[in-house]
Amino acid sequence: MSLVNEIDYGTPASPSTEMVTLTIDGRAVTVPAGTSIMRAAMDAGVEIPKLCATDMLDAFGSCRLCLIEIEGRAGTPASCTTPVAEGLVVATTSERLDRLRKGVMELYVSDHPVASLDPCQQDDLELLDVAAQVGLTENRYGFDSTRHRNTGLDVSNPYFMYDPEKCIVCSRCVRACNDVQGTFALTITGRGFDSVMAAGSDQSFLESDCVSCGACVQACPTGSLIEKAVVEQGKPDHSVITTCAYCGVGCSFKAEMKGDQLVRMVPYKGGAANHGHSCVKGRFAWGYANHKERILNPMIRKSTSDPWQEVSWDEAITYTASEFKRIQAKYGVRAIGGLTSSRCTDEETFLVQKLVRAGFGNNNVDTCARVCHSPTGYGLGLTFGTSAGTQDFDSVEQTDVMLLVGANPSDAHPVFASRMKQRLRQGAKIIVIDPRKTQLVRTPHIEAAYHLPTLPGTNVAILTALAHVIVTEGLCDEEFVRTRCDWDAFQDWAAFVAEPRNSPEALAEAIGVPAADIRGAARLYATGGNGAIYYGLGVTEHSQGSTAVMAIANLAMATGNIGKPGVGVNPLRGQNNVQGSCDMGSFPHEFSGYRHVSNDAVREIFVKDWGVPLEKEPGLRINNMLDAAVDGSFKGLYVQGEDIMQSDPDVQHVAAGLQAMECVVMQDLFLNETANYAHVFLPGSTFLEKDGTFINAERRIQLVRKVMEPRNGMADWEITCALSNALGYPMHYNHPSEIMDEIARLTPTFAGVSFEKLDELGSIQWPCNETAPTGTPVMHIGSFVRGKGNFVITEYLPTAERVGPRYPLLLTTGRILSQYNVGAQTRRTDNVVWHDEDLLEIHPHDAEERGIADGSWVKLASRAGETTLRAQITDRVAPGVVYTTFHHPDTQANVVTTDYSDWATNCPEYKCTAVQVSPSNGRTDWQEDYSAFSKQSRRIATSEAAE
Amino acid sequence: MGHSSNAPNKLVAMANQIGTFFATQPKINVPEAVADHLRKFWDPRMRNQITSYLKSGGTGFDPPIREAVQLLVTQDNQ
Ligand code: SF4
Ligand code: SF4
Ligand code: FES
Repeated sequence: MSLVNEIDYGTPASPSTEMVTLTIDGRAVTVPAGTSIMRAAMDAGVEIPKLCATDMLDAFGSCRLCLIEIEGRAGTPASCTTPVAEGLVVATTSERLDRLRKGVMELYVSDHPVASLDPCQQDDLELLDVAAQVGLTENRYGFDSTRHRNTGLDVSNPYFMYDPEKCIVCSRCVRACNDVQGTFALTITGRGFDSVMAAGSDQSFLESDCVSCGACVQACPTGSLIEKAVVEQGKPDHSVITTCAYCGVGCSFKAEMKGDQLVRMVPYKGGAANHGHSCVKGRFAWGYANHKERILNPMIRKSTSDPWQEVSWDEAITYTASEFKRIQAKYGVRAIGGLTSSRCTDEETFLVQKLVRAGFGNNNVDTCARVCHSPTGYGLGLTFGTSAGTQDFDSVEQTDVMLLVGANPSDAHPVFASRMKQRLRQGAKIIVIDPRKTQLVRTPHIEAAYHLPTLPGTNVAILTALAHVIVTEGLCDEEFVRTRCDWDAFQDWAAFVAEPRNSPEALAEAIGVPAADIRGAARLYATGGNGAIYYGLGVTEHSQGSTAVMAIANLAMATGNIGKPGVGVNPLRGQNNVQGSCDMGSFPHEFSGYRHVSNDAVREIFVKDWGVPLEKEPGLRINNMLDAAVDGSFKGLYVQGEDIMQSDPDVQHVAAGLQAMECVVMQDLFLNETANYAHVFLPGSTFLEKDGTFINAERRIQLVRKVMEPRNGMADWEITCALSNALGYPMHYNHPSEIMDEIARLTPTFAGVSFEKLDELGSIQWPCNETAPTGTPVMHIGSFVRGKGNFVITEYLPTAERVGPRYPLLLTTGRILSQYNVGAQTRRTDNVVWHDEDLLEIHPHDAEERGIADGSWVKLASRAGETTLRAQITDRVAPGVVYTTFHHPDTQANVVTTDYSDWATNCPEYKCTAVQVSPSNGRTDWQEDYSAFSKQSRRIATSEAAE
Repeated sequence: MGHSSNAPNKLVAMANQIGTFFATQPKINVPEAVADHLRKFWDPRMRNQITSYLKSGGTGFDPPIREAVQLLVTQDNQ
């Protein structure tokens, strides 16, 4: 294996369809109009030396290395900033050019603290490669020049460092931060020889606005910005392309290795979801794979009050199978179930649901998507006919108006947020519906056209009010609706939304937003050109979550914003494989491809393939399983890579359910919170240790490639197979590709997918079948999956969770950039420098009323429970609203969330809980008890004691 | 403090909540739509619990939901 070296074309590709032919060094080249001569030359295989240019960034023209000569034109223009023209005759080398380049290069090198000109001696120095390329073999000025701007090393960022001495002021880092990432954290300070790059206003990287995305490090050609791991471990020697295991953006990375050690993750330009960009999590936060707390041996115990005993894989699997068999014999076939994980691969998820349906003989399988995007499935299924985002990410380049509802992509989907920002800086507009002033409301060079800070729980009201304006002001796209949608359903819907009680004026008070703003936003979305809706868990995690998803679909259909690039309805998926885990049949009522278990024809296909009879009744959902456990009819649970004890609402209820079970099997990397209640612990493997696929928020199936052996001895899919075999339902696969073949055989939307094709194409967006052999970037072109688009009436019904004198504030929850979900992975990396505890955001007015100081401890109480954490006083939240994250088990923010849930799917109402906040001087009883219990429960017997 | 379970009153509340959506939809038979939803998404033990509760004279049902659960009872008897 070797390093994957991507070609750097020097400047970005031109989108033009008009072609131009020119001659470069005697070769005829045909390229799109607008291409730079530098890029055209590279296309023809001629690499012009360059330093300030790289194809992730627009040309800058500062280094003067890329000079060329053009017949009939005077001088030596820079090839990076000179566009092609028909018939040009270009020379990239000549005696004059060579001399000029060498001169420039010599100056750069002399000003740069290197010890020699041998690129092999240095770590990762593009500068020296270019020196070699221009034929510079000696440096007349010597290597011991000291820079006059030595401001010292900046090692404040945990993952990379900055050595100003090595900066050649090419501005690649500054432009990467501005143009690619959109953070504007870097500047060039000083003049002439004194100029140098600086973070913020001469701050350290850590103090500056830097979000540690790594784009500047990638862009730096001199090693002035460099990963600490490269300095410590040396240059990688081979790399493998794989997919990030954090969020639903699904960035492609080169895992760069030295022997069997991972040195760094570098975003892959060929990745169709990220085009070479990344965020701090995927780029840097992979150290958890080697964290000392990772469990590598299987363990069992009779009771959760016993310490864990390490056992062999064989013993652990045999014990689990015998327990599950015992429980089924005693309490019935439906007394056990399983949970798939959105963090595992499609293949692993598919096997867990197969194990439950074919091996357990029931349909008690659910997944963490229950608690995030299950309403998307229900809502989009009813309106469009299938449960998925309609667009690819690239579609945003053609969007004129973005309507962002209940999502905070800058923190949760950072790489897509950077794409949105690029488009917004080009002039597109954005409307933000969110109780909080999130980053996209105002960030450098971006200001939302409207921020509608709704009170939590009023999404359906505001979405219906937007529809009211669109219908009553005649802003519908009637032609689209007549040809593409069910006209009768539209008329019923239009009559409903037009009722005066649905007007912005009638609903403004309930929503907490001025009617005029709602009207303005509706007009902008309907008439501003291509309108695209992006939404997140702020929409789904409500008692009317499914209704809000339908309200969103209604808006898109009414305005004709569906079925072409630039528009659409796009759920931003939280975890890396939420889309995949849903597609794979993780819900208790449906097989892969969203087909109901009661459908005889569909079930028959699976019965034939799997060779066992299958249950036609839906199984239990997670929350129903916990309820049934308390009732005594559900006794055993196999959990793959989920931490329901931390991520699910009303923690005390989850604990009661788990405690009532006789065999809880936890498969994960760490002893997570759920493991405190487990009887069997099966150590899992990381995404670096297995092959498989993830599916991102744009339905894009991408390969995850194994770069090292599983440290626990088995990939997760192998563990599920072993368990199934022990239970008497044989499962044999030699490689995950064979599992994908089975998925393709059984699932029409995946019919054309195979590992081989994924290897060849890089990625595939489902549906992929005979009519779409390379996949489907944009859905519902020409007609909806269900035929005619269906308008659904969305009556606003306030949640039963109301504020009152005891609980006068509304709590909403979310996450931040550097941490991921329950934090099991990111808390075990240096990302904790940015967020080492959950904080409660509270408005200055509410804080003052309660005598709460910034940074002081407060008690957060709801009717479900109470916890303590520290307060952060900010006007990001409106008066009456408080906000926190759920990354840390010490806080257990979900102790306070309630068991209210979406009417259709039981997706919990995380985003709206009535609470009270008061000053506090210590932890709550629950926190004390839980922390003592947790410590007790995590004990592992030493091998001596185990004997 | 008791922890919630699939106790009948919780199931009734869940069914009533489902009803609040269907009650707003035009041109549908609400009890049938709710019964269909329960058949599609509720595991048999939950349906049994709610039908037994109704048969034993349980209360708290919104009127169309009572009818919906009655439909499940009738279907079970067939
Ligand atoms: S790491 Fe990213 S955010 Fe930070 S300075 Fe570099 S490009 Fe900007
Ligand atoms: S966490 Fe998301 S945005 Fe960040 S690198 Fe991974 S996939 Fe990309
Ligand atoms: S690469 Fe063209 S001027 Fe620097």
